Amino acid sequence: MSIQSEDVLKIAHLARLGIEPEQVESYASDLSNIMVLVEQMNQVDTSDIEPMAHPLDQSQRLRADVVLETNQRDVLQENAPAIEDGLFLVPRVID
Amino acid sequence: MQWETVIGLEIHAQLATKSKIFSSASTAYGAEPNTQACAVDLGLPGTLPVLNEQAVRFAVKFGLAIGAHIAPFSVFARKNYFYPDLPKGYQTSQFDKPIVGLGQLDIEVDGDTKTIGVTRAHLEEDAGKSLHEDYHGMTGIDLNRAGTPLLEIVSEPDMRSAAEAVAYVKKLHTLVQYLGICDGNMQEGSFRCDVNVSVRPVGQDEFGTRAEIKNLNSFRFIEKAIAHEVERQIDVIESGAKVVQETRLYDANKDETRSMRSKEEANDYRYFPCPDLLPVAITSALLDEMRDSLPELPAAKKQRFKQQYGLNGYDSEVLTTQRAMADYYEDAVNFSDGEAKLVANWVMGELSAALNQHNIEIVSSPVSAERLGGLVKRIADQTISGKIAKQVLELMWSSEHSADELIEREGLKQISDTGELEKMIDQLMADNIDQVEQFRAGKTKMIGFFVGQLMKQTQGKANPQELNKLLQSKLKG
Repeated sequence: MSIQSEDVLKIAHLARLGIEPEQVESYASDLSNIMVLVEQMNQVDTSDIEPMAHPLDQSQRLRADVVLETNQRDVLQENAPAIEDGLFLVPRVID
Repeated sequence: MQWETVIGLEIHAQLATKSKIFSSASTAYGAEPNTQACAVDLGLPGTLPVLNEQAVRFAVKFGLAIGAHIAPFSVFARKNYFYPDLPKGYQTSQFDKPIVGLGQLDIEVDGDTKTIGVTRAHLEEDAGKSLHEDYHGMTGIDLNRAGTPLLEIVSEPDMRSAAEAVAYVKKLHTLVQYLGICDGNMQEGSFRCDVNVSVRPVGQDEFGTRAEIKNLNSFRFIEKAIAHEVERQIDVIESGAKVVQETRLYDANKDETRSMRSKEEANDYRYFPCPDLLPVAITSALLDEMRDSLPELPAAKKQRFKQQYGLNGYDSEVLTTQRAMADYYEDAVNFSDGEAKLVANWVMGELSAALNQHNIEIVSSPVSAERLGGLVKRIADQTISGKIAKQVLELMWSSEHSADELIEREGLKQISDTGELEKMIDQLMADNIDQVEQFRAGKTKMIGFFVGQLMKQTQGKANPQELNKLLQSKLKG
């Protein structure tokens, strides 16, 4: 499977990555090479192997349901470009 | 052409945990904006999620209650999309390995029972809230809700009418509250519903193209939105066009659905396993513990109420829809010495009316089950009439006294003493010879006059049955 220029542009858009037009071709070829590697790996018979969800062979540790956080709004909003009435302000989004 | 409606539902139940699913920030509703959004909820670099044990236990409890397979290992995945109320750029959810697998739920519509399949239920985090009011042309973001644990419950496309869909939603709504895993508050968004609707010609096996309707926060809206959407889709098809797969928003004011966004692009979520979270293991010890912790479920309770208390289907249904009401009812029956039917009438009638009027939940009822049971006991043994009992209930509402104390204090005890009543009737007849004669001339309705007068004299305390009996025989002469 090879990656075309349109695929690169679509993926870049979905990931909100800015890509220069002259870079599109080289990304397409790099990504295609990765797909070739994946194809190669696909040829190994893994039918007897249980799929792995995580490289660590452990299960998730759980946390007791206790509230420990206190209100840090002032500190956390120090870096925000725009705030008002305790809200973060962002460019208008309408669905 | 005859059309068949096909409905599947996705329900988001907010789990009743104290803290968020991946952080130790509070989930309490109604706080000042962003005062309950910590660094994890804000998706700041360097933070890591740690899973809330209670959220896992609640999901397992739900799975057991619908007879579902609980996955020994389930996996969290990232659902990627960009929206300002989702600061990480992905929602941590579950995809191909959800915690709860296939289960089922029975619903009743018009006396028929139908089994609805529950495809799956998975854990995920809620997003924040966007406020589109005018902030100088900008949008305000409140992330207090971000990271609140949700259980998304997905049904099979098994429902064939709006009535079935509503019955299913109500059943689930009751169930999650019974289990104590969700407060069920639809106004506050603790229990939200998305509906997938399609139509197909009767007899056709393949499903039609579906539309998803979002933003349904009441049972009535669910019913109306489905009715509207079914009509719209039939119109589209019959006019020769095709239904487009899309998300639509229900507008309650206009009672219509409108297109929100086309799903093809929006749907490219590029799920992948979340590297920050390990698989969640459910041990058999936890399964046993959760199984033992299951309360009596609504369907079983309804059945027991019919048998144990001799109630009809309707009364049993009403009394068991809320666990708190069922508990109250059973306590009150005990304190009334087993007056099951009479207590049912009072809980569903006078008490519920008063609670509704004051907008009070039954758990906070000013009249406890013990005091209501005590009141009903006095109706049953004819110490007071039902009419006087309403007065006593009013007095109880604003005091701490028992029915017996109030009956004594206010002198409300019913007069059943035949001698005393007879004396009063004789006097009344002597004073109203005209009316007696009218009665004897065939105007039997005149008895109402005598009942009224005597009730007035006794301030409603005359035993009505006794009074009627005595009046009938004396008036007839």
